[in-house]
Amino acid sequence: MEPHAGGAQRNLDVERLRRQYLDMARIRAFEEAAAAAVAEGTVLGLIHPYIGQEAIAVGVCANLTRDDLLLSTHRGHGHTLAKGASPAGMMCELLGRANGVCGGKGGSMHIADASVGMLGANGVVGANILIATGAAQAIKMQGQDRIVSCFFGDGAVNRGPFLEGLNWAAVFRLPVLFVCEDNAFSATTRTEAMTAGPGPAARAESLGVPAVAVDGNDVLAVDTAARDLVAAIRAGGGPRLLVARTYRLSGHVTIDPAAYRPDHEVQERWADDPIVRCADLLRQAGLDDGTLAGDLDAARDEIAAAYRFAKDSPWPDPREAFTDVQDAGGPVMEEA
Amino acid sequence: MTPDQSLGQTSGQTPETTTEMTYGDAARLALAEEMRRDARVWALGEDVGRGGVFGQYAGLQAEFGAERIADSPISEAAIMGVAVGAAMAGTRPVAEMRISDFALCAVDELVNQAAKARFMLGGQVRVPLVVRQPMGIWPALAAQHSQSLEAWYTHVPGLVVVAPATPADNRGLLKSAIRSDDPVVYMEHKDLWKDTGPVPDGDDVLVPLGKARLARPGDDVTVVTWSGMVRTCVQAADDLAGQRVSAEVIDLRTLWPWDQDAVLASVEKTGRLLVAHEAVLASGFGAEVAATVSERLFGRLKAPVRRLGGPRMPIPYSPPLEAQARRTAADVARAVRGLMQ
Repeated sequence: MEPHAGGAQRNLDVERLRRQYLDMARIRAFEEAAAAAVAEGTVLGLIHPYIGQEAIAVGVCANLTRDDLLLSTHRGHGHTLAKGASPAGMMCELLGRANGVCGGKGGSMHIADASVGMLGANGVVGANILIATGAAQAIKMQGQDRIVSCFFGDGAVNRGPFLEGLNWAAVFRLPVLFVCEDNAFSATTRTEAMTAGPGPAARAESLGVPAVAVDGNDVLAVDTAARDLVAAIRAGGGPRLLVARTYRLSGHVTIDPAAYRPDHEVQERWADDPIVRCADLLRQAGLDDGTLAGDLDAARDEIAAAYRFAKDSPWPDPREAFTDVQDAGGPVMEEA
Repeated sequence: MTPDQSLGQTSGQTPETTTEMTYGDAARLALAEEMRRDARVWALGEDVGRGGVFGQYAGLQAEFGAERIADSPISEAAIMGVAVGAAMAGTRPVAEMRISDFALCAVDELVNQAAKARFMLGGQVRVPLVVRQPMGIWPALAAQHSQSLEAWYTHVPGLVVVAPATPADNRGLLKSAIRSDDPVVYMEHKDLWKDTGPVPDGDDVLVPLGKARLARPGDDVTVVTWSGMVRTCVQAADDLAGQRVSAEVIDLRTLWPWDQDAVLASVEKTGRLLVAHEAVLASGFGAEVAATVSERLFGRLKAPVRRLGGPRMPIPYSPPLEAQARRTAADVARAVRGLMQ
């Protein structure tokens, strides 16, 4: 594992960093609006907030094209937005409305937007690793010029698909970027207490998958590391792992008060908020506070409009429950 | 449904001639034909490059190369999960599980992922894959190499379940499964690989999914079965003919969707139904067939519907023990005679 040089040593592309700042702000605003909607009762079920991890999705996706594919997790709103999905279509999905990206069939945990290459969040930890590996194999087999990115958490490295998928991707030298978002928790248990050995990067390297670890709250560091890894993958170098260390600032789900964490720990980690850190970098680069605050407002306004749109959107026709099950032997609707 | 329809062609050439071949060779031919026809079709699994455990991939890597007949690590979950991702990304994988018992290592990938991806994503993706899981008792290989778990998969929305019994069907159904846009659980029977039979000539002869085959016509009783038990039931029907009992044997071929019309029409005619399968009787797919027929044709039945299946025990190793798990032609004939009393 090579420690990766942070962005500070490189020439700063201020416009790029500001776009990433705005993208992180959009994700934060989306998650805050979604959490409020859970409280309001308009979003049902459980949602898993990405608050505190925004720099990882944004820094990685800044290096992907629309044609590149992405497989995500149960904590997938941030990845979906960063890959380019519309917040309105996503919010409609969370509210179970007809014009949701999945027609209301998936909800938060199965959010997807194939039109931007986002092939799905997943309700099963680690399951997306194998799907991403297979998508990469299809890409290679078809001679396409694109790659797959696959996000998973630190908990996923204790599931079999991590071993099977990384081994497979290395054996077949597949174009896939694995991204382990180490937010320190496996649901409500500290991953460290449940994980033997030196961790995800060492496990990957034992399989011949080069790994790079970065501060996942430093969007510049993530962007820089991802750029190099993606370049190596596009050059035919086979799979890579990016381990991004971060901290889940919310509970496992919105209704989890996360009382298993000491207050001082949470306060310290809020001081490391990736959006605040990015704002500091932009301030050092000459942007004024008004501009930065304006970006946050613009993000909140966009998401607020998406939420209003979703609340005004129609429910799906109940008959839609019976579509897209299967072609042969699908469900037969009972006629009223 | 007539005996002539047993070859079930639905497209392409009308087969006027047939070639005798084994059940295994028929499947090998089907995969080769579909791979020649469609460059998106490929196969992955353990030892497929060397021909597969039962020779059903023999020679294919020489023709299609190691990328399209892809040897895999012993990673069943990955074989299945990779097939899901590869199907979502534009190819049509055929995933080989070696035997259905090992496919249990890949149930999340099949049941939670393959079966549901299209639905959960609101139709944004399809998962056109075939997962081959040879089923049934493998003599003297005991409890982890012999199960018949077809009923499990019929319970999962999104999956098609196929269990061919003849060489002709193994060719025609495998071709249909590969061309299907649904994930298809394709269960060949381990005891049938060397069985021979006539297979229609012509490389575009399909057997449709969801259509039963009339394996033997009869008038007094309907015997519904599939997979390795078809030949057992036909043998029983032949034996019963000498005892003036005319049994009609229907081979379901596809378990989901299953051909309710063919079964109901036959039972309307005969008034009696036996469902026979190798799988454990309790919660076997025979229960679904029996319940459906009882609900739909109760007033027309001349006898209560009857089921025959395996005892609820793991498959044992020693021959006299293993024999307890098998259902024979004599068992089928006894059950049919019971219906006639």
